[in-house]
Amino acid sequence: MSIQQIFNGLQWGSFYALIALGYSMVYSILMLFNFAHGDVFMVGAYIGLFVATAVLGIAASGLLPLPPAVTFVLVLVLTMFLTSFVGMAVERVAYRPLRDAPRASAAITGLMVGIFLETGNLALLGASRRTFPPLIETVTYTLGPITVTNIKILTIVLALLLMLALNLFIQKTKTGMAMRAMSVDYAAVPLMGVPMDRVIVLTFALGSALAGAAGVLFSMTYPVLEPYMGLLIGWKAFVAAILGGRGSILGAVLGGFILGFIEILVAALFVSTLRDLIAYSIVLLILTFRPYGLFGEEYSARLRI
Amino acid sequence: MKRLWWILGMVLLASLLLVGCQPGPRAAYGGVIKIGHVAPLTGDIPKVGEEGKFALEMWLEDLEKAGGLEVGGVTYRIEVIHEDNESKAESSAAAATKLIAEDKVLAIIGPYASKQAIPTGEVADRNKTPMISPWSTNPRTTKGRPFVFRAAFLDDFQGFVLAKFMQEEFGAQKIAILYDVASDYPKGLAEFVKQSAEELGMEVVAFESFTTKDRDFSAQLTKIINSDAEILFTPQYYDEVPLIVKQAHELGWTKPIVGSDSWGSPELMNLCGDDCVGSFFSTHWAVAGAKGAAKEFIDRFQSKYGYAPGDVAALAWDSAHLLQKAIQDCGKLTGNLEEDRQCIRDALANISEYEGITGKMRFNAEGDPVKCAIIVRINENYDFEFYKQVCP
Repeated sequence: MSIQQIFNGLQWGSFYALIALGYSMVYSILMLFNFAHGDVFMVGAYIGLFVATAVLGIAASGLLPLPPAVTFVLVLVLTMFLTSFVGMAVERVAYRPLRDAPRASAAITGLMVGIFLETGNLALLGASRRTFPPLIETVTYTLGPITVTNIKILTIVLALLLMLALNLFIQKTKTGMAMRAMSVDYAAVPLMGVPMDRVIVLTFALGSALAGAAGVLFSMTYPVLEPYMGLLIGWKAFVAAILGGRGSILGAVLGGFILGFIEILVAALFVSTLRDLIAYSIVLLILTFRPYGLFGEEYSARLRI
Repeated sequence: MKRLWWILGMVLLASLLLVGCQPGPRAAYGGVIKIGHVAPLTGDIPKVGEEGKFALEMWLEDLEKAGGLEVGGVTYRIEVIHEDNESKAESSAAAATKLIAEDKVLAIIGPYASKQAIPTGEVADRNKTPMISPWSTNPRTTKGRPFVFRAAFLDDFQGFVLAKFMQEEFGAQKIAILYDVASDYPKGLAEFVKQSAEELGMEVVAFESFTTKDRDFSAQLTKIINSDAEILFTPQYYDEVPLIVKQAHELGWTKPIVGSDSWGSPELMNLCGDDCVGSFFSTHWAVAGAKGAAKEFIDRFQSKYGYAPGDVAALAWDSAHLLQKAIQDCGKLTGNLEEDRQCIRDALANISEYEGITGKMRFNAEGDPVKCAIIVRINENYDFEFYKQVCP
């Protein structure tokens, strides 16, 4: 076990945490696991690819010479903005008509939307892998036994900053208060004059924007994009959301990092062949003792509608 | 049983009469020979499927130009039916079953990756239909299956060549291996390299694995870097190699990285770039430095499809020609699917020597080719450059 592995775990956990937040936020309000979320992350990565190509093209053409840092921020912000519309569209098309339907129908619809996004991408862009262009030049720092790149540090720091910003938004703004209120009593809040649809749409938008950010950061570290890239990481982030506690924001973040750490540590300490088996047995064990997850409350698992 | 013989006898008699009415030998199957092609046209390695398809299209183009394929005085048109296996084992077996039972193909070319070729070979052999996998290198694909052949050399041979190369070229004593434990090809080859390396007196100090679709290898690579391995060997496909190599470099690995024939896709360097320059891998085929028929094939493929053919295209091309030779060696097609399939199988097994673009070859008793392996180096122009040849 080395300090290097701690960095590896932090970076890997950042992706789980960012994606798990999207699951948890939607769940806390609608009691619905948005199973298309992993694929929203995939779409986010592709949007990031197109935005990056466009921005780099403009920068290279000399019309608007941009330093790499500005390019990166521009790509990140634009991608988050555009990906939030994907989430909003999914909500409008797939979930809103089913809001009063049984939850199982909505969950299955989510799976279908996911398949639609994957195969739609396959049909539009073909099955070839795409590379994500380097936005910032990779710099490797070596400190004794530890080797980290600037991108690794950037990923960890930005993920934490985004989570902090989300927390501020939920705790300090009026809309954030409405979200919290809806997670406690879905039925009563609209009676207080809170525009329910707007809060729900915003929840989807925020979750998807975070998935978009995860898409860009993920593609910078693992620059091979494919239509099914969101599948496995989406499922695992879902596990992280459950582990942290359904509907809990802090839980999603911690669940993500814990899952990332468990995966890395199991591979580091035991044989890597058994990584997933051991890692997910640990998750099962935790859930046996804490069935509502680490930070979940009993009411968050009870049907409120 | 008696009745069956009776019917069979009548059918035979009828066909004799029919044949008798014709002036010359009559074309079986309405003059069309159907060949099935099972390939990953979508899924994890679509480029592999595409290259195979293109190579077969070029083959058909040649046959068309020649006016068809002459077998026993009759000219046949060849039709290739492409089936997508989505790079999945189940879909591949289903596609082969469809081709054999519904399309009634005489033989199958494909599938490519061992993951699909092993179960599909089972289907082909059970249905007594000849199958040539161009690219599969796991022994289990052909083992104990008289109807299954391959154009690529085997993993155990490749594993031996790689271990020998690492020892001779770098004087390595300690090697590290990183492979996908959930895929037949990488797992098989990783084990063969380990076994050969140990037989040659080297030590495998890190034997790390991951699972298909994994994108992060930092835990395993950190372990490998902390072991005192002198070489990293990774028998992965072109969509994983760039991630592994890039992450290894980012974590501070500066020693050589060696791969296997699964690296040999034109797509690799589009995805990997500078990180892969200077790495070595074993393969069936090198574009840079090719001569003769191979050069001709490369030029034609390049001008037609806009990129240089990888080993997949070359092996698919050789598979198609081996099959063509076997059909011709058969002498005559009877129109009885069972007999003709058996005849083609026997002809394939009896090919004494075939001069392919991937080298001279013949099949041994298992249906595996006897041929040489090539080691290539990825040079600064992103070409896979011929480095040395290793023969069994």
